Amino acid sequence: MTDRPPRGNALSEGARQERRLGWLLCAPAVIVMLAVTAYPIGYAVYLSLQRYDLRFPGRAEFVGLDNYGAVLSSPFWWDAFWVTLFITGVSVAIELVLGMGLALVMHRTLFWRGTIRTAVLIPYGIVTVVAAFSWQYAWTPDLGYLAELLPEGDAPLTEQWPALWLIVLAEVWKTTPFMALLLLAGLALVPDETLKAAMVDGATAWQRFVRIMLPLMKPAILVALLFRTLDAFRIFDNIYILTAGAQDTGSVSILGYDNLFTALNLGIGSAISVLIFICVGIIAFTFVKLFGAAAPGAEVKR
Amino acid sequence: MAEIVLEGVSKRYPDGSLAVQGVDLDIADGEFVILVGPSGCGKSTTLNMIAGLEDITEGTLRIGGRVVNDLPPKERDVAMVFQSYALYPHMSVRENMGFPLRLAKVDKATIDAKVEEAARILDLTDFLDRKPSNLSGGQRQRVAMGRAIVRDPKAFLMDEPLSNLDAKLRVQMRTQISRLQRRLGTTTVYVTHDQTEAMTLGDRVVVMRQGVVQQVGSPAELYDHPRNLFVAGFIGSPAMNFLNATLEAGRLRTPIGEFPLPDAARQALERQKAPREVILGLRPEAFEDAALAADTGGPTITAGVDVLESLGSDAYVYFSAEGGPVSTAELEELATDSGARDTGAGGAQQVVARLNAATRAREGAPIELRVDMGKAHVFDPATGTNLTHPEKTGS
Amino acid sequence: MAAVGKTHATRWAIVNVVVVLYALFPVWWIAALSFKDPSTLTDGSYIPTDWTLENYKGIFETSEFTRALINSIGIALIATLIAVVLGTMAAYAVARLRFPGKQLLIGMSLLIAMFPPISLVSPLFNIERIIGIFDTWPGLIIPYMTFSLPLAIYTLSAFFREIPWDLEKAAKVDGATAAQAFRLVIVPLAAPGVFTTAILVFIFCWNDFLFAISLTSTESARTVPAAIAFFTGSSQFQQPTGSIAAAAVVITIPIIVFVLLFQRRIVAGLTSGAVKG
Repeated sequence: MTDRPPRGNALSEGARQERRLGWLLCAPAVIVMLAVTAYPIGYAVYLSLQRYDLRFPGRAEFVGLDNYGAVLSSPFWWDAFWVTLFITGVSVAIELVLGMGLALVMHRTLFWRGTIRTAVLIPYGIVTVVAAFSWQYAWTPDLGYLAELLPEGDAPLTEQWPALWLIVLAEVWKTTPFMALLLLAGLALVPDETLKAAMVDGATAWQRFVRIMLPLMKPAILVALLFRTLDAFRIFDNIYILTAGAQDTGSVSILGYDNLFTALNLGIGSAISVLIFICVGIIAFTFVKLFGAAAPGAEVKR
Repeated sequence: MAEIVLEGVSKRYPDGSLAVQGVDLDIADGEFVILVGPSGCGKSTTLNMIAGLEDITEGTLRIGGRVVNDLPPKERDVAMVFQSYALYPHMSVRENMGFPLRLAKVDKATIDAKVEEAARILDLTDFLDRKPSNLSGGQRQRVAMGRAIVRDPKAFLMDEPLSNLDAKLRVQMRTQISRLQRRLGTTTVYVTHDQTEAMTLGDRVVVMRQGVVQQVGSPAELYDHPRNLFVAGFIGSPAMNFLNATLEAGRLRTPIGEFPLPDAARQALERQKAPREVILGLRPEAFEDAALAADTGGPTITAGVDVLESLGSDAYVYFSAEGGPVSTAELEELATDSGARDTGAGGAQQVVARLNAATRAREGAPIELRVDMGKAHVFDPATGTNLTHPEKTGS
Repeated sequence: MAAVGKTHATRWAIVNVVVVLYALFPVWWIAALSFKDPSTLTDGSYIPTDWTLENYKGIFETSEFTRALINSIGIALIATLIAVVLGTMAAYAVARLRFPGKQLLIGMSLLIAMFPPISLVSPLFNIERIIGIFDTWPGLIIPYMTFSLPLAIYTLSAFFREIPWDLEKAAKVDGATAAQAFRLVIVPLAAPGVFTTAILVFIFCWNDFLFAISLTSTESARTVPAAIAFFTGSSQFQQPTGSIAAAAVVITIPIIVFVLLFQRRIVAGLTSGAVKG
């Protein structure tokens, strides 16, 4: 890099044109993304430093970090935080195992390959709210087939722990296919010949899976985990429909929404928004640092 | 049809690296010229510059007497065949072949006639309505050729057009390309890394290394009179044997024996003030089984046969010379390129002799070989120059 | 040997059936509910005893649903169109051109792909009220297209990278101008990728719930997922279960159609962007 020829003839006319065209083509996307995310998140930080109650908009005033203090010292935030972590951790763990199984089925099955993939895409594509209603009705006493399996008088969605597990179930059902598809892409990267070589070398099916497939799939697994973890942390739709956050089943997103639209407290709501943003940032950073998860598309080499 | 002239053509990339350096080349109308060299030698870049796919940093390029440096490919009227064939997957064979004519706004009837004609020549008539994905490798290659010939361009540019075919098909297509070119008489520039392809196809061969032309000449010239160590090592299969040699009173002392130099060579070396330490180059056929050859008075050596390969028509005998292998930058590069590096056959210097199939050589047994010093080459290890090249000996 | 092959096949058949049931059962359940009349709604049977279209008639009679359906379709289509156009431009640049700042663009879209939407809800809510697009189509189109841009850029650049660019060179040597090479060779090859991306983006927009309930307040821009959540029964004491089920089925239909027709493409689209890392 240091012994470049002097500027001016360093770039041919073609290269300069290419560079200009590149900028020109990216500009609209960049402008939109900046205007709709970077600016508002800055604005959210500003709002979070205000006492701003929508019922009394005239009385907005700067209060510094008071809103953050209020949120972080409130049991509501911590309850929601642990609930979110629980849902995220448990559902992503189950999804990884189930998704791996599903990916293997999609990859290996002898027949109906197309049918299986089509079926699996339905949970992925279906509107979350629709699926959530289906689960809600399934577990509603006197209405649902699943509630009938339970002892008379049990209404699982009205108790904290059963409700949390049902939320996890709904989340797992909906998003396992996505996980499975990402893992399937990873499976396709494992060369058949390598597996045959391992078989000839005397590896059992389990050893082939653990010693050969998993290590080779590691990049795909990490990407899938990263995406799903961040996605699960933002869980909102399923909880909103299934319990609306009652019985301490609300996630941080539900808490933020309630503060904004039920309590109409823009200051506190914004503080929660910013805190969630920070949490997501920490999760992403941890993944990248701890596991070296490579972001998809991050390596654009030619 | 036209001649192509390159004068001092260079290519420098934005990062400052020099891919092609001062290429001077005069390609006559109708000539078949091969650019050959190991990967990264600049041959494809040169071809792309002729096509107009890459800018020329310095120098002049003329096609048919006209300077075309700044013309887009469209206005150069050249056709190109790519290594990947670059067939348009969404078009049928007919549409693929007719595409250049369609762009040139030729009327439909003429396009059809020309495509049919080209298809007939290339034996593609039955496949005209297929998509490229339904064709075999050889058929795709022919479609790529067809797309080039329908236009009747000033020149054909071919970028390793056969390297995606299997070995047998490659030999067949080689003959077909040669025949086609002769029939059409179109100036052709052909890039390959395969020296066999270069030797069998071209009227003239251009050997390149690290962006610089090493030697231009007919296949026979390159084989018999390589100008330097690189060309000598690159052309020919099995490759020329190289031995470290010490020059002493007109004799060469080498690990396999001592050889007197022919007069012409001795005088040339004296005139050029050759260094004492030189490299002796002997092609495999410079050796002959002394038991079978008439006594020409040439020197003989005795060697222990390591490996014998009988090909029916010839027999190759491998034996090792004492001392480490000859090592220069050129030979290192060739070894890396040919993969000899990866075979793990390091250590002693291997020598190959090509003998008459009637030889009674046996593995593990010694054999007496006669060496034809008239076919020997002596190189300067520092510059790689062939000190016994006819230009130097004056013969 | 034949016997071994047979047990093998049976095992796979069972596995496959389990997978299909897993995927379809909740969908089947809500569809079954939608065809039950109120009196049999609670019978818990998997197949309606008395099939009825009452629930569907009911929802299509109210503007609450029809208006929401129009909003959903219009907003998702427009957001998809814009996101795909902008995404195609950026993805072409990412896959094909060398220019400084490319990594920055990729990093930024990655960041947005991971962005928690709730963090944007409060500022967008306030900003949209101030500039007067709260509870309007643009008020939803703008966040939708922004959040689907990273998806569009990833998927498309993965598709673009697969186009053999020798073809562009070949077209130029064949006498095409840059514009002709793009129109006659690149566009036809890129079209399937663009189409696939459009499906993925549409599903994404169609699916959203959080923005839909936060940035709307009336029927004028409320989309179906949000509208369903606000359904009320025809009387105060009646649960709107049948209506919700029917509306849920209606908005699931486009998804099923896409999945049935374009299964291969959707799988390719979802996986292509992911393995490049």
